[in-house]
Amino acid sequence: MNHLLFLANGGTGGTNLDPLYGKAMFWILAVLAVSAALAMILVRQAVHCALMLAVVMLSLSAMYAMQGAPFLAFVQVIVYTGAVLMLFLFVVMLIGVNSAEALKETIRGQRLWAALAGIGLAALLIVGIGHASIGNPPAQTSAYSTDNLTGLAKLIFTTYVYPFEITSALLITAALGAMVLAHRERSGPKLTQRDIARRKIESGQVAPEPPPGVYALHNAVDMPAMLPDGTTTNRSVSGAITQRDVDLHRDPEGNVLTDLAAEDRIKSERALEAGTLGREETQ
Amino acid sequence: MSPAAYVFLSVILFVIGAVGVLVRRNAILIFMSVELMLNACNLAFVSFARLQGNLDGQVVAFFVMVVAAAEVVVGLAILMAIYRARKSASVDDASLLKY
Repeated sequence: MNHLLFLANGGTGGTNLDPLYGKAMFWILAVLAVSAALAMILVRQAVHCALMLAVVMLSLSAMYAMQGAPFLAFVQVIVYTGAVLMLFLFVVMLIGVNSAEALKETIRGQRLWAALAGIGLAALLIVGIGHASIGNPPAQTSAYSTDNLTGLAKLIFTTYVYPFEITSALLITAALGAMVLAHRERSGPKLTQRDIARRKIESGQVAPEPPPGVYALHNAVDMPAMLPDGTTTNRSVSGAITQRDVDLHRDPEGNVLTDLAAEDRIKSERALEAGTLGREETQ
Repeated sequence: MSPAAYVFLSVILFVIGAVGVLVRRNAILIFMSVELMLNACNLAFVSFARLQGNLDGQVVAFFVMVVAAAEVVVGLAILMAIYRARKSASVDDASLLKY
């Protein structure tokens, strides 16, 4: 815990972590981030991608803390992993969960060329940065000696006050844009409660669909419900269950036959029971 | 750890994000890859801020986060609108301008 607090404070002078400790932390986080990022672009399920992105973002936030940017570390966790990723997950749940990507390439050789382009871009950037001489940071500067939050606030509200004000306009525009884009025009008149009730009566079925297993011989979900008139109805069985039988190459009617046999047995038992109690079976 | 290591890490993450944008065809996943690229840039900004010994890079990273949040909101709203119209989130299906 002390280590974490120390990280969160950014140490004095940015990063005066124990060099060995900082190095070990960097390598752990770097391997974690790169492997999670690779998994993100390789995994098929959209939800798994979002989780991998969360791993990358959290390790980056730890790196911000290690580099003397505790404010950004917290903002990263709160804004990115908290808000942005939740938004992603919402949209994935709304539209993307079962739209698993088609594995077929629509552009021939797309993956190969994308990988080549990636390698080329990486080579270009690494060679370019490798040529620049990135030295070691100054040991102690005035900007890092004071509180990180105070320093950032001073910069934001003096030097960068105009960009800061403009971001407020940007955020308002974004919120309005999202509202406009998410707005849907009503294509028909709005249904009143009277309309809904009338439609229900007209449909001929006033009560809701019987839930599975009600008055059935078993209370399993795949058993058709028994209606008050003694007949069974398949409307109570979810289509997914029948579909599952078909997918697994099982006979959906097979269970029903067993069930009918059980029904005969139960009927005889009920007749016996009625006889001992001395009353007629009404059905 | 010297800032150079962090900069190289951010390069690697940026490239992975770029390849993700090129390879994935689900628009949500493309968005996620773009977010990865933005995060990589932020890491570079923070590293360079430490290298320079001032906080300007951190302020820029902060602005990048704000802009990214706005971008995600509008982008996902556009995605929802497209999905509502076409019942698909694949970027291959939204190709009306091609013909």
